[in-house]
Amino acid sequence: MHSVSEAIPTTGRYRLLGHPTDLAGHVATLGPAPLPSAGARGWREAFVSVLEASGLAGRGGAGFPAAIKLAVAHAAGRGGTILVNAMEGEPASDKDKLLLIRSPHLVLDGAQLLAAASSAQRVTVCVPGGREQVASAVSTAMAERAAARCAPVQEVMVRPPDRFVAGEESALARWVESGHSLPSFRPDKGTALRIGRKGVLVHNAETLAHIAMIARTGPDAFRSHGLVEDPGTSLVTISGAVEHPGVVEVDRGTPLIDIANRATPTGAPQALLVGGYGGSWVDPVHFTTPYASLSLRAIGATAGVGIVIVLSQDACGLMESARIAHYMAGQSAGQCGPCVYGLPAIADDVTRLARGQVDHGLMARLERRLREVDGRGACRHPDGAVNLVRSALGVFATDVAAHVHGAPCPHWNRPSQLRFPQPATAVSR
Amino acid sequence: MIRILIDPVACDAYGYCAELLPEAITLDEWGYPIVDGKPLPPELVDTARRAARDCPRRAITLRERKGGR
Repeated sequence: MHSVSEAIPTTGRYRLLGHPTDLAGHVATLGPAPLPSAGARGWREAFVSVLEASGLAGRGGAGFPAAIKLAVAHAAGRGGTILVNAMEGEPASDKDKLLLIRSPHLVLDGAQLLAAASSAQRVTVCVPGGREQVASAVSTAMAERAAARCAPVQEVMVRPPDRFVAGEESALARWVESGHSLPSFRPDKGTALRIGRKGVLVHNAETLAHIAMIARTGPDAFRSHGLVEDPGTSLVTISGAVEHPGVVEVDRGTPLIDIANRATPTGAPQALLVGGYGGSWVDPVHFTTPYASLSLRAIGATAGVGIVIVLSQDACGLMESARIAHYMAGQSAGQCGPCVYGLPAIADDVTRLARGQVDHGLMARLERRLREVDGRGACRHPDGAVNLVRSALGVFATDVAAHVHGAPCPHWNRPSQLRFPQPATAVSR
Repeated sequence: MIRILIDPVACDAYGYCAELLPEAITLDEWGYPIVDGKPLPPELVDTARRAARDCPRRAITLRERKGGR
């Protein structure tokens, strides 16, 4: 059972968090979702132009413009499915759980709006098995909406397995179609996903909540937050060495350290892990980097699914990275050789490095494996693990040098500051 | 411009492709093919077609790429 950490309140006129949870309160506060009335003309064009003007990019990790994704889905024809991706496979992320528990109607409104705009006939919400608090919030909300007749297309919930890659969009579409939670090899990622012959539009739960807000407020309220090239707000889950772990809503472009400070770090951080377990460690010299796609890319990081983890001075970043690498290896879908064999090999190399058990060829071998595994899976799972380890070698370079000479950190065998579904104490060789 | 595309899900590391086409395909330490990613020289296209045909897992496709890189 996942417990959902508390939301730290935000201020400002556009916000996702802090609205009433029940349907009556939701409609009373925000107004009904601006869906097309019967026979209305030009609704779709108006909706698309608002979405385009907002500049909303997906909040599920890839950061793809929502308006373009909609155009692709629309072109796939009528009768498709809107898949609400609430899989949130990153162990350190709580934002989508929190959003569905606190504001399920916002997420479902967003899905209904996209269904109307792409002539889809169904909204399917994907909540992993085992997350009963989220599932119960979603069922309650769906029942309220059905009773109030404010769900023009049918809303259903499905329960895929709770695994890291289960939320990858092709794996999700395939699970709904056939019950196999496996990513597909898609060399042409710009083409529409399909279930059978029908198109499917997959969106992260947070992205849908933004769509529901933007459709009500117009693009300017959204753009009054964040940056011109990366507008709006984002939900970020903060954890690690902090007094008050939880989900915050921040303006895009907020300096990384200001985000971390919202949760009160226990001391000056040694490093931040940004973007989750397929993300990057960030060195203190980059702590003022704006939380925005281009700025993060410039320092080799990504926003990923909004995650910031604070690593304290007394932790061993290499051992924490080894734990993540083992976790990522264990979460492979098991389809592609480079991921199946490469990730455990990389995790073992990083573990040896963290323990100061470094043989002569280790660093060269690790560098080669990182280079060779990168980009060779059907999905981006191995790339994320490679990225994480590469960033560790850079940010903890001083530690790497000490460990290579057989002197591991005094703290290497302390308990992890990171969250894993199972206790991550046993980093085995 | 033709390039080689390997479906990593289908590939089972038979390695015939790297034997036929060592100029463009090498194997990683676990026997899975690494394509160098460069456009295929015209004189290798026939061999590449054979590699695609002979792959026991049908994991190789040749892609025509307009403009090339």
